[in-house]
Amino acid sequence: MSLRGTCREVGDIAIVDFSGKITLGEGSATLRNMVRELISSGHRKILLNLGDVDYIDSSGIGELVGAYTTVRSASGELKLVYLTKRVHDLIQITRLFTVFDVQSDESAAILSFRSAS
Amino acid sequence: MAAPNQRLEVTLDTQLESVDLAENIVTRVAEAAGFGEDDLHKLGMAVREGVINAYNYGNCQDRRKKIRLAVEFEAETMIVHVVDEGCGFELSDVEDPLAEENLLRTSGRGIFLMRAFMDDLAVRRAPTGGADLVMFKKLPHRVSGNGRPQAE
Repeated sequence: MSLRGTCREVGDIAIVDFSGKITLGEGSATLRNMVRELISSGHRKILLNLGDVDYIDSSGIGELVGAYTTVRSASGELKLVYLTKRVHDLIQITRLFTVFDVQSDESAAILSFRSAS
Repeated sequence: MAAPNQRLEVTLDTQLESVDLAENIVTRVAEAAGFGEDDLHKLGMAVREGVINAYNYGNCQDRRKKIRLAVEFEAETMIVHVVDEGCGFELSDVEDPLAEENLLRTSGRGIFLMRAFMDDLAVRRAPTGGADLVMFKKLPHRVSGNGRPQAE
């Protein structure tokens, strides 16, 4: 299954609910395009819900890092929530927990944005 | 279950679809060899990374070039080869993706993941001059009637 993303807003926070795979090709492009569109439309607080993403390869990891740097370059914040075990393990072994702000649940993530503003 | 000296070899086109195809082929073979779900995921991911490497860096997305995928079995090991038609490379030249200065790079994690998910990884020079990525995974063991573990 390729990647699908649905965007919703809670206050000034854009939450993207992803489902599928973030892998080389279409999945990576979907993530990249959605984050760029959010930045273009003025969003600076972006939460990626990866609860239904059960597979990420090295290209997908690269896209997540690219999304992070894109948002940071626009003086925004990007956070991740609801990592599946496999995605969690992948982020861990690649040391990207030192880069990404990974939140345990959506409420905590929303609060973390607000407390930072 | 896989028997020693069995070998499967397929030639793949240099295209995105080959990444999924290679992963599917190897996980099916590995499943038949008795690997469990977690190992199947790791094997599939390692092979995926190998073919992505061949597609992107070895063959530079040149559709005229081919990617050779081979799976073979030794007594206790499943061995996967991913061979491209590029210029080859040395593992020692691959930068460490865990180094602080490389953490924000958007590429360069494939070899690391292959190493993480397989028991061993070697890069050899193929006869054509390209890279021959050789990945090793110990076969799962089952308990025989006498209680001793046996390679399947």
